[in-house]
Amino acid sequence: MRLIKPGDWLVMVLGLALAGFLFSQIRHGGEAQQALIRKGGEVFAEVSLFQERRISVPGPLGVSMIAISGGAARIVQDPGPRQYCVRQGWLRHEGDVAVCLPNQVSVELVGRKKRYDSLNY
Amino acid sequence: MIRSTIEIAATREDHHIARMAALAIGLSLADAAIPLPVPGIKPGFANIVVLIVLARYGMGTAIWVSILRVLGGSLLFGSFLSPGFFLSFCGALCSLTALFLAGALPQRWFGAVSRSIIAAFAHIAGQLALAYFWLIPNVGLFALVPFFALAALVFGTVNGLVSARFLEKVEAAHRVPIQCVHE
Repeated sequence: MRLIKPGDWLVMVLGLALAGFLFSQIRHGGEAQQALIRKGGEVFAEVSLFQERRISVPGPLGVSMIAISGGAARIVQDPGPRQYCVRQGWLRHEGDVAVCLPNQVSVELVGRKKRYDSLNY
Repeated sequence: MIRSTIEIAATREDHHIARMAALAIGLSLADAAIPLPVPGIKPGFANIVVLIVLARYGMGTAIWVSILRVLGGSLLFGSFLSPGFFLSFCGALCSLTALFLAGALPQRWFGAVSRSIIAAFAHIAGQLALAYFWLIPNVGLFALVPFFALAALVFGTVNGLVSARFLEKVEAAHRVPIQCVHE
């Protein structure tokens, strides 16, 4: 009796194919369509990601500048002390979020319909 | 002290199942002790025992050993009735169902390696489904799916090979009538 029978090879190949298929599908789930800009918890603006533009959002510390270009969005400028949201760079995928907590400004990328996440569930 | 009047007569088979389950629990302890980079990925060595039991003693015994392994293991780790326990339990049930269905495959072509891989995939599928619908209904969970699938393939193959090797040895031992004392 051999350890690996012919059918076992078949199952292994099928398993590998399934894993490969799943890897190829990994980022094709949700395409980001719009940037949802929030200020102090309220929606400030909802803009398409496919129009190049800059948006100034006034917060308690000053003005946060948001840039939108080529299906991605980022926070260019923020008066916050630690600059976490600026350093996060371009947001490209649905569900990506940059939050400037001190200035109460956030940008979230959303697809056609809002899906659940573990925060708003 | 009043002695209990309830006597449970344990058959030879009961003892056998208990021994196998104990072995499986020991192996799940080994699982937990091995550090792996991605949380949630485990080698699942206990399944080696389940596969061997399935091949030698049939589905009924394998179900017993598998369920006892999950219950006993969770008591040992202190995770009984925790989310992790239910994930384990769901995975075990899915594995057993898949093993039952895989029993229809011709033995001539498909060995322990096939059964092990199929069971491993069923295990993660069940766990992910439960995790998604019950614990974390977040599409982000699916980003982990390919890694789980790859782990299922690799560990499924390894566990299957170990089982196949063991079964081969046992068969060889049975062919040559050398007396070996197990107990």
